[in-house]
Amino acid sequence: MDLLTLGQMLNTTLVFSTALIFAALGGIFSERSGVVNIGLEGLMMFGAFAAAVGGYYAQDAGYETMAPWIGVLCAMAVGMLGALIHAVASITFKADQTISGTVINFLAAGSTLYLVKLLFEGAGETPLIDGFSKYPIPVLSKIPVIGPGLFNNYPTTYLAIILVIVVYYLLFKTPFGLRLRAVGEHPSAADTLGVNVNRMRYVGVMLSGMFAGIGGATITLTTTGTFAHNTISGQGFIAIAAMIFGKWNPLGAFGAAVFFGFSQAIRNYVQLFGWSQSIPQEFIYMIPYVLTIIVLVSAVGRSSAPSALGQPYDPSKR
Amino acid sequence: MYKLKKIFATDSYIVPLVAILLGFLVGAAVMLIGGYDPIAAYGALFKRVFGSAYDFGEAIREMTPLMLTGLSVAFAFRSGMFNIGADGQVLIGMTAASVIGIKLAGLPAFLLVPLAVIGAGLFGGMWAGIAGYLKAKRGINEVITTIMLNWVALYLANYIVRTFLLIPGQNRSEDIPASMSLTFLNSIFDNARLHWGTVIALAAAVFFYIYLWKTKQGFEMRAVGLNSHAAEYAGMNVRRNVMKSMFIAGVFAGLAGAGEVLGVFHYQSVLAASPGYGFDGIAVALLGLTHPFGVILAAILYGMLTYGSAGMSFNADVPPELIRIVIGSIIFFIAAQGIVRWVLKPFYFKRKKEKVL
Repeated sequence: MDLLTLGQMLNTTLVFSTALIFAALGGIFSERSGVVNIGLEGLMMFGAFAAAVGGYYAQDAGYETMAPWIGVLCAMAVGMLGALIHAVASITFKADQTISGTVINFLAAGSTLYLVKLLFEGAGETPLIDGFSKYPIPVLSKIPVIGPGLFNNYPTTYLAIILVIVVYYLLFKTPFGLRLRAVGEHPSAADTLGVNVNRMRYVGVMLSGMFAGIGGATITLTTTGTFAHNTISGQGFIAIAAMIFGKWNPLGAFGAAVFFGFSQAIRNYVQLFGWSQSIPQEFIYMIPYVLTIIVLVSAVGRSSAPSALGQPYDPSKR
Repeated sequence: MYKLKKIFATDSYIVPLVAILLGFLVGAAVMLIGGYDPIAAYGALFKRVFGSAYDFGEAIREMTPLMLTGLSVAFAFRSGMFNIGADGQVLIGMTAASVIGIKLAGLPAFLLVPLAVIGAGLFGGMWAGIAGYLKAKRGINEVITTIMLNWVALYLANYIVRTFLLIPGQNRSEDIPASMSLTFLNSIFDNARLHWGTVIALAAAVFFYIYLWKTKQGFEMRAVGLNSHAAEYAGMNVRRNVMKSMFIAGVFAGLAGAGEVLGVFHYQSVLAASPGYGFDGIAVALLGLTHPFGVILAAILYGMLTYGSAGMSFNADVPPELIRIVIGSIIFFIAAQGIVRWVLKPFYFKRKKEKVL
């Protein structure tokens, strides 16, 4: 394998990882506040749909250069709206959080396709739009291998990497982060200290909707260009895996997301190796999933979820 | 009589019924906003299900795998685990049934069919057992492992079908000679593909009920599900229970796979994506409040709605995806019972007043 393909492979890795990074960061906000979010898949679906539709209408109205960013904004808004349903059910009405997350997945799958058919006269997918194009960072992108690999990417990828650091700082170095984590670890103690538990949890869940929405948007705006029934097919669940894999830590989740992206990229490039011809393609497809299990078994060990995860907060039980 | 009164007096039956009603209302509202006629759409839905003997039989066929995957998810839930992997377990069950059905085709049907069904159940159980084992021995979150195992199952099944069972030049396996169709019922229902899987599913629900609520092992399993620390302190073997529970959950899902292969299609295709039985099973388990008999009722509702939704798009031109909004809303209202109770409040108030008078 020559160096050029190595650079390409790095690049593909980042393209595949971006959506997972966003969604996993979203999951961290929600789960650190104590609310399970199985609904990431649905929230990504909302985002992917909103980005495709918002981008399409923006393009239609003549805002060609701004269209993808308008799509991202729509995805953020619609993702938050979807998350609001989860928040109302699981925080205010103390519904089982797993169940209410599953509801999000159902509502998203149903309503996005229903709306696509309604808006585009029965078509199964949204019209193709121009998404983001890759933006090479001056100077840095000229470095061999690493340059085309890391510094010639979609703007969303740069944003994702910046946000990993921002979210890490927010969670572990600011009072807001301390409160959010306190609410997820020991809500009654946080309450005693004057933190509004339910409000913090609302913030956590809404942020998860926003981030997962952007995650979904990156898929339509960088890879597919349209939204259809199979645009989001399991990425949300992989993001959940990345979040757990990364022990609810933004840096860990970033690593896990890149790992998933990398193993997907391997799948695309493994055909270039001569020896891979003798391996059935199905086994190559299995690589990311089997590797995850092996890594989990050998290295990571017991997971450390926030201790109040999944429990509705009831002040009367304090 | 007293017992009957008591059943109807508790709101555990009223809440799901009101939730279903509210779900349909949400669906109707969404249709009205979209400019469709909800009455025509729901009419078309029910006409599709009950319109002909064939369609009714096919609707029952559609419910069958949902019952089993629903039971699978619910069973794991009862012992504190979230089985997102029923999909993969179904696929492994399907593949096991196909391999046995095709490779041992020389055996008489009365031997071959039970062998294939048992094989499907066992392999489904072992597949789920991997996640159970990793959870018990290594503390690895079963949500991740079952998600990963779904994908591995998809590709493994494709590999096995493609390499060992394929008809040359086609994307599907050979036909399996023996079938588990319910011959006498098939003819009544105009050749609808009813099969023994439905009977197996009902039996599985009864097993589920008796095992969890009438045996010591089931008591332990529920205890582990409610509070694993307390169960451990009481001297129960949490790890063994975790593995056992995942195994049984996988058996249920594997049996669903056997039903689909031996009862419905009689062959297995190379699949581009996973069939989604497991995710529907999650919804069914939640709709059924993770109680075995609730799961059966939920599967009936779910199967009816999904089968009928095709008629809805055909006759009333409403996108069939709408039905997912209805199902999602029903689960939402069941989960967030506070909303339902709030809706019901005026009625309760009335009843109490009557008592005073």
